[in-house]
Amino acid sequence: MSIRHSLLALLQDRPRYGYQLRVEFENRTGSTWPLNIGQVYTTLDRLERDGLVAKDGDDGEGHVVYSITAEGAAEVRSWFAAPVERTNPPRNELAIKLALAVTLPGVDVQAIIQAQRVASIRALQDYTKARRDTASSQRSGDTAWLLVLDSLIFQTEAEVRWLDLCEARMVQLAAATAARKTSNGVTEDAAPLNADSRR
Amino acid sequence: MSVRGPQQVLELAKVSRTFGEGATAVAALRDVDLTIGAGEFVAVMGPSGSGKSSLLALAGGLDRPTSGGVFVESTPLAGLGLNELARLRRRAVGYVFQDFNLVPTLTAAENVALPLELDGTATKKARRQAADALRQVGIPELADRFMDQMSGGQQQRVAIARAVVGQRRLILADEPTGALDSTTGQGVMEVLRSRADAGAAVMLVTHEARHAAWADRVVFLRDGRIVDQATAMHDPTMLLAQAGL
Repeated sequence: MSIRHSLLALLQDRPRYGYQLRVEFENRTGSTWPLNIGQVYTTLDRLERDGLVAKDGDDGEGHVVYSITAEGAAEVRSWFAAPVERTNPPRNELAIKLALAVTLPGVDVQAIIQAQRVASIRALQDYTKARRDTASSQRSGDTAWLLVLDSLIFQTEAEVRWLDLCEARMVQLAAATAARKTSNGVTEDAAPLNADSRR
Repeated sequence: MSVRGPQQVLELAKVSRTFGEGATAVAALRDVDLTIGAGEFVAVMGPSGSGKSSLLALAGGLDRPTSGGVFVESTPLAGLGLNELARLRRRAVGYVFQDFNLVPTLTAAENVALPLELDGTATKKARRQAADALRQVGIPELADRFMDQMSGGQQQRVAIARAVVGQRRLILADEPTGALDSTTGQGVMEVLRSRADAGAAVMLVTHEARHAAWADRVVFLRDGRIVDQATAMHDPTMLLAQAGL
């Protein structure tokens, strides 16, 4: 998440002081990403150093008010215009774990897949419940939280579908291995992928 | 075996179902224990051939187990004759099938009222309850339409209305979102969820994780056995931490 660009975008709306920025940010994003006030001031200092915001006096109660500069406004425009970059390739512990598991003897890949599937479905249940509760409550600021929940639901669903595919591949692979052994005259079952041995 | 309490709507106790005999026998279900309470929504997931649909057929008395017992509201289905079983199905159990199973020559309201009328409910009362069920699924205005005048999503809502009409305490759904787009599919889940929240026991067979996630409990079947169950934590404060936000 870019705090820098988020604060700039809020300042484009109108000049604000640090604490106002924090409250405004949390309101507009459904308190999804709590922001600590120290981060806000550090970021404002850097934005000022880079010429993207300028101090604009105080509000009469001792709060330093910041306003956006022309350079800052241009920065906000290009932030909104540019797609968020994907880290390439995304680090995915699950994919790494499975990739290693299939190459190691004696690892029950099906058991790993099933354990992950249960955990993912449980998370999906929680997201779905939270989404249902949020959709029925109609509070302001919920729109952002709904967007986040939708995103989590889609990501988790994709993970489960990928796990289903991995499992189907394992089964195909085990069947192909068994068929090859049979045609070679080897009959003993040494396939490490068969999870039935644990039941 | 667990104790059969008054809140328990469905119980499968050590249920096995084998098709065929001898060397060619196929065990579709093996020693399955599963109970669903009033107000509980359970989803059953598993790969093709894992026994999902067999489980649903046994739960609704459409099929009988090779061994073990099926109880609907403490009534053992094995003790019922065919007529009694049909009566229990019409009164207490609602089904939603993937291919709807609606009668094309009847209107939406007539389709929904059919099980009630077959069970002896006066036509007027049955139609009133049908209108109520169609309202619950969000299509009261389509009561007089015939099936060929409705979209797939609308027909599926009629099928769900027929499954929930009257005081059905057990609702069984087999891939009810099969042919539907994702928005309509979500609508189906909302109806099933609201029936469970109103006190019905709901069992949904699905291969879609996002639909199973509407359930209180997800049961995983493999090779005819229950291998895992997932229950939601219902702790929203954990969600963000899990998501790394």
